[in-house]
Amino acid sequence: MDITKEKLIELYEKMVLIRSFEMKAEEKFYNNEIPGFIHLYIGEEAIATGIIDHLRKDDLITSTHRGHGHMLAKGADPKLMMAELYGKRTGYCKGKGGSMHIMNFDLGVLGANGEVAGGLPIAAGAGMAIKMIKKTDQVVVAFFGDGASNRGAFHEALNWASIYNLPIIFVVEYNQYASTVNSNFATSVDNIADRAKGYDIKGITVDGNDLLEVYETAAEVISAVRNGSGPVLLECKTYRLKGHFVGDPQEYREDAEVEKKWKDEPISKFERYLMEKDYLDDETKNEIWSKYTKVIDEALEYARNDSFPTAKEALTDLFADDTGYDY
Amino acid sequence: MAKSEMTYADAICRAIEEEMAKDPTIFTYGEDIAQQGGIFGQYKGLLGKYDDRVIDTPISEEVIFGSAVGAALAGTRPIVEFHFADFLFTGMSAITNQIMKIRYMSGGQRDLPIILRGPDGRSNNAAAQHSQSIESIFMHLPGIKVVIPSTPADVYGLYKTALNQPDPVIVFEHKQMYGRKGMVDDEEYRIPFGKADIKRAGTDITVVTTSRMVHESMQAAAELANSGISLEVIDLRTLVPWDRETVINSVKKTGRLLIVHETWKRAGWGAEIASVVQEEAFDYLDDPIYRVGAKNVPNSFSPEQENFIMPDKENVLAEVKKFLL
Repeated sequence: MDITKEKLIELYEKMVLIRSFEMKAEEKFYNNEIPGFIHLYIGEEAIATGIIDHLRKDDLITSTHRGHGHMLAKGADPKLMMAELYGKRTGYCKGKGGSMHIMNFDLGVLGANGEVAGGLPIAAGAGMAIKMIKKTDQVVVAFFGDGASNRGAFHEALNWASIYNLPIIFVVEYNQYASTVNSNFATSVDNIADRAKGYDIKGITVDGNDLLEVYETAAEVISAVRNGSGPVLLECKTYRLKGHFVGDPQEYREDAEVEKKWKDEPISKFERYLMEKDYLDDETKNEIWSKYTKVIDEALEYARNDSFPTAKEALTDLFADDTGYDY
Repeated sequence: MAKSEMTYADAICRAIEEEMAKDPTIFTYGEDIAQQGGIFGQYKGLLGKYDDRVIDTPISEEVIFGSAVGAALAGTRPIVEFHFADFLFTGMSAITNQIMKIRYMSGGQRDLPIILRGPDGRSNNAAAQHSQSIESIFMHLPGIKVVIPSTPADVYGLYKTALNQPDPVIVFEHKQMYGRKGMVDDEEYRIPFGKADIKRAGTDITVVTTSRMVHESMQAAAELANSGISLEVIDLRTLVPWDRETVINSVKKTGRLLIVHETWKRAGWGAEIASVVQEEAFDYLDDPIYRVGAKNVPNSFSPEQENFIMPDKENVLAEVKKFLL
């Protein structure tokens, strides 16, 4: 696959944007500035970046509790995202969703989701509406983790998508841990893509830390699905470099394991590739990182300066009209 | 105004068909609806008209319910069959954590015009897993409007509203109602949510009820009228929202309140009504508020036990005796 230098740099920058956002979110969570709890996408950036780049604005995705990367890759404004993480008024969800439930329907993000596998039925419904009622050529990408593949909703959704031949790409981000439990223990198969066979759909496993492999595979898969191939289960092997949530004591794994995995993380891996191709040097690299540090610093300032919604505004947005509240 | 007689099931089909003609994004799916026409035949009146929008599904409740969110956000208006109220529990997280929450958690970004519908309640000897009335749970949890009609005319008008409003709705259609006939206006009309219907005017005791128990209460009221006791029977028709004004005004007139529902008495929706009425009309009450509901056990298979557990007209008559008239 012939990919221009400009496109490769664009993809690199997208991963840097996501990483920069996540590092700042982590820092501000430890500062006690961000309430609640957050789940970082650090180490998994190549997946959202390599897949979502092939989507149109009107294509739809469902995300997970670890959803910042998907939102940013789909074009979210870091300012409005950070404001949401801070629970502020102009955040994407007016402060009602927070990190774990961040969503923006105009961007085609049908929700990060606090329920493991919660997005899969939503994706199934979106695919059904597109294929059977609206009859457009939109596609749906459902992101979820290896933990979600052990839930009933995963199995129901794959069967459902298969029998109706829906335009859905099921992307499992196999990051090795479902909360604190290792998937080698908790999952019956080594490759979750093998489960596709049970639903008579195509299953593919790629190195989710290799941006090019993800990008090139996704190009083919998304084009095929858009042209009516039916659903595909695309498994991206990666590693959750951070805890399940920020502050996770991580008593279930050794530091050495994590240190080893840092050597395989997607951004430096892609940097090495770009440098070999002579598309990137240290100077440009530093410029790019500085650029996104600034973008995120501005997002942070924006979020800090934004106001909180009033307490009483908690009583809005449940319904579109004013019936049914019964306070 | 001209009227026609039709069954409760056909009144629903008529409402859906009329709205499908106007709105090409309305579609309906669930178990046993397209080939079979519904497990109680309740979709038969819809077949042969918009068959590409009446879709059978696998037995996959998490997706059946959760998919409604995706379908609505993708720009359609899904009507989702839940097959038996009992099986709402098999996909309950998709309802409570997705359908009821997405609009709120998103800060009200989009409307979610979803209808969940299906049969509930007692049918003869269906036993514990096929005869539950669980509407109270949906009144308790914020995020869905609860519709529970008792007549063909009501179910028609409430569906017409449901299909033209922006929020998630759950409709409980009692199994024993589907075949019940009634007169329905030939002209299209809508019944707003939150507007109760006084099915029988009276002066001594206000009876607040829904669904099958409206008919049981009406029979009790007819018998009691012979002995000079006048019941005012109010059919709430929707529980979220519910019509406080009509109930409270009636209690102010009668001074007595009896709440009658098929669902379990303990923490049933009647407790909520009773609490609000005592807060807002305490000085008007001449007697304690009494309630009729199922006994607090699962429904037994054995006929005599089912009759003992499930309330009917006799329970209404017995409860009325507690009032000091």
